[in-house]
Amino acid sequence: MTTSMADRSTATSPRGTGSRTTQLLGIAGIIGLVALILLSFFVAPSDDDQHDAVRMIFIHVPMAMLTYVAFSLTAIGSVAWLWKRSIWWDTVAHGAAEVGVMFCGLTLFTGSIWGRPTWNTYWDWGDVRLVTTLILFLVMVGYLAVRSLDGDTDSIATRAAVIGIIGAVNMPVVNRSVTWWSSRRTLHQKSSLTDGNLEGLTLFTMMFGLLVFSIIMAWMLIHRFRISWLERQVGEGDLSEALVARRAEAKVGFDAHGRTSK
Amino acid sequence: MLADAILVAAKDLRIEMRSRVTVSQVVPFAGLVLVLFGFALDANRPTLDLATSGLFWVTVLFVAIMAVQRSTAIETTDGARRALLLAGVEPGAVFMGKATAVSVQLLAVELVLTGGIVVLYDASIDEPLLLATTCIVATIAIAAAGTLMGALVAGVRARETVLPILMLPVLAPVLLGATRAFDDALGSVAVNGWSWLAMLAGFTIINIALGVLAYGVLLEET
Repeated sequence: MTTSMADRSTATSPRGTGSRTTQLLGIAGIIGLVALILLSFFVAPSDDDQHDAVRMIFIHVPMAMLTYVAFSLTAIGSVAWLWKRSIWWDTVAHGAAEVGVMFCGLTLFTGSIWGRPTWNTYWDWGDVRLVTTLILFLVMVGYLAVRSLDGDTDSIATRAAVIGIIGAVNMPVVNRSVTWWSSRRTLHQKSSLTDGNLEGLTLFTMMFGLLVFSIIMAWMLIHRFRISWLERQVGEGDLSEALVARRAEAKVGFDAHGRTSK
Repeated sequence: MLADAILVAAKDLRIEMRSRVTVSQVVPFAGLVLVLFGFALDANRPTLDLATSGLFWVTVLFVAIMAVQRSTAIETTDGARRALLLAGVEPGAVFMGKATAVSVQLLAVELVLTGGIVVLYDASIDEPLLLATTCIVATIAIAAAGTLMGALVAGVRARETVLPILMLPVLAPVLLGATRAFDDALGSVAVNGWSWLAMLAGFTIINIALGVLAYGVLLEET
């Protein structure tokens, strides 16, 4: 009795994208998130100037930092794809871009919520970091738009890789141009980590937030990577099956009257 | 490489001259946008004075999207892209030629638009040299980035919608730089237009370099 290709592929296909590592990361992420909420709302002190609004720092700053980590991974993966044609790195670049766009969107969203009580506005056009982050977000949305196009997987990967690199290369120019453009004094505070104003429990909670969101990002990246990898395998599997079928058809000849013959 | 680039640019411009799309469709579109901006801002003279530079360059960006789409379409129809590859023309030269052709078309439209803002918005040109240099440098930047983005979406079904999504965020520094330099040239805002022009020149060089390096990869892939 022969086993069909569909049966074989079902037998060898993984049942999910989870593993022991992702389970541990997921559990650590959930416990960390609960601990971060408790620390943020009940343990960390409020600020003299910003009062309770300062608690947004425990989410906003880690997300902003991880956005740049994710987009740097996309740029590195894009270079590796163009240079070595590494499918592994291309899959990393794609996954990191998706997770990065989500983190970037949340950074802009939480920043706006934070801006309302502290700056008295949701959005400040004179702020360099805000505007630069928005443009970066839009460039990476374009990257994902290219990724969603129909076509040959390798061709789409190459197009997306060029966008990933253009985004990374142009970002310093965007930053410089927005810096010059915002002639008004920026409302955005200096780097929360480097200006030395954070100390004690506030600094600890923010660093804890960074750790928790890093774990969550790693969990998301691993799952996204495995989904993309499986998608690519399915696509290639379909192609090989189609090739086998076409070759089988080619063995069937046609006589002078157009009738099929073995 | 230069000779090949000139050949490609001349080919694209000849096609545009014969089809008359720039004259019969793109220029009227640009003029229409200027008129509509006038309506949208309630023909308020002080507001128009402040917004003239921005409106000018936003119009140029809209026109650039059309020009790049046309430039890309020339290569995607009838297998022209493959013919270019088979002809042995260096991809960098193809990029330079196509970007030059788009630049020439955009500069022609900008000439008409400049007349438009003088007549319709009552703009006065205080520094013609700064205005002309800004037009040239910013246009090359737009054409270089646009040509590369055009190659990125060449041959895909949704290219008309994806191209603006890719082009416009990348061109944000051009909009900022060119608008500020124009503000100085038109005397509407007290800024140093020449320093903005230097930033624009930097952006232009980066995008030409990216285009020359990446265009070949895209030409073979798409």
